[in-house]
Amino acid sequence: MAKQASAAEVLFKPVFDNNPIALQILGICSALAVTSNLNTALVMAIALTAVTAFSNLFIAMIRNQIPSSIRMIVQMVIIASLVIVVDQILRAYAFTLAKQLSVFVGLIITNCIVMGRAEAFAMQNPPGRSFLDGIGNGLGYSAMLLALGVVRELFGAGKLFGHEILPLVKDGGWYVPNGLLLLPPSAFFLIGLFIWALRMWKKGQQEPAAFKLAPQVKKD
Amino acid sequence: MSSNKESTARTLVVALIVSLVAAVFVAGSAIYLKPVQEQNRQLDKQRSILAVAGIGGEALSANDVQALFARRIKAQVVDLATGEVNASLDPIAFDPLKAAKDPKTSEALPGNEDVALIKRREQYTTVYRLEKDDGSGDLEALILPVRGYGLWSTLYGFLAIKPDLNTVVGLGFYQHGETPGLGGEVDNPKWKALWPGKTLFDGEGKPVVEIKKGGSVAGSADAGHQVDALAGATLTSKGVNHLLTFWLGEQGFGPYLDKLRRDGV
Repeated sequence: MAKQASAAEVLFKPVFDNNPIALQILGICSALAVTSNLNTALVMAIALTAVTAFSNLFIAMIRNQIPSSIRMIVQMVIIASLVIVVDQILRAYAFTLAKQLSVFVGLIITNCIVMGRAEAFAMQNPPGRSFLDGIGNGLGYSAMLLALGVVRELFGAGKLFGHEILPLVKDGGWYVPNGLLLLPPSAFFLIGLFIWALRMWKKGQQEPAAFKLAPQVKKD
Repeated sequence: MSSNKESTARTLVVALIVSLVAAVFVAGSAIYLKPVQEQNRQLDKQRSILAVAGIGGEALSANDVQALFARRIKAQVVDLATGEVNASLDPIAFDPLKAAKDPKTSEALPGNEDVALIKRREQYTTVYRLEKDDGSGDLEALILPVRGYGLWSTLYGFLAIKPDLNTVVGLGFYQHGETPGLGGEVDNPKWKALWPGKTLFDGEGKPVVEIKKGGSVAGSADAGHQVDALAGATLTSKGVNHLLTFWLGEQGFGPYLDKLRRDGV
């Protein structure tokens, strides 16, 4: 191990510098599906953060025992168990939200962020740091989800957390909502805009062009 | 230690231990949380009953739902074959869906009569009466449980009708597994709003309510029975149509409704 990153770096780097959605482009599917209002976005963010943190913790605890031939499947067993537990807890204590989130809580199992951090970080690092890394990546995902949720709910429905902010025309107010924002494709446009803004701010994240157009020359 | 980590025996042992621990963890949490989840399911059902009856909304708190349900709704267990109310079965403890699975308390439906594709129908089921708020005990709406197969799943819901036993107050499903965005639109408030005011029976008491592409044609004789189908969800729409035909017919609540028409609601 060349240089150990400090705990704060492990925790906060994924929020802006190495955001799982904006830089690693992982976990897009759920980011489109659950961000049409802030309630579901927040619950999903908390669920994913908890799963990533604890799967990292448990995998790091047994990382020296896992035979490499069944490494992936052991990680999957741990992640899947955690997701089922989270799903059960949501069904017990947040039933209406769990109903709205429907399959997306279950799909955390296949969320690349969880698997990616287990494989890339928890397999090489001690439990404490892995736990922080899981929380950090969860925070990165959460930051993106909440940003999307704020824009989509505020401009799509004139509300935040279900409370009216911009009074809608149909209820006698002045705001004409943009219905597109409530549909999943709008999250694509927004994620694109967020990535653009982030890379304008942090130039280091800009990728070199994959190819260059050769100048048009006339052959004769 | 790492030298023999990759041996077959070691691999099997690790796989076994991890699976066991994970299984205990998952099973434990499921069992521990089950009572709370059961409560939620009951509450969700009560909320759904109040919603189809037109007196509840998503905004009600859990306590409000329970209080409103206790005050306004009276549950009764009904013998589907005769239409008689069975006073010996406790409507709170009795579970019609469980009864439908038990051969002792249900009957198999022959293929040609099983239009809703539910295979077995319980002998007794629970109906809910929404009573007027003035303490007279007069019926304001009658809420019947309905279920039937759509495209992927059985839809479970409630149909509320007015005391004339013909006009719809509301139709809503509390559990189904239809495609979100297509068949799942049975939950769409706009579609549900098409139902109130529709009439279910013709002059002879035959169920004629129909889900039709394009909806009702203004001015046609059948307009009052017709509801627009869900776009892109032909089979779910048909399923809903079939389950209504079944539950309003002879195999469903037909005898019970006949009896109410004869003896008064």
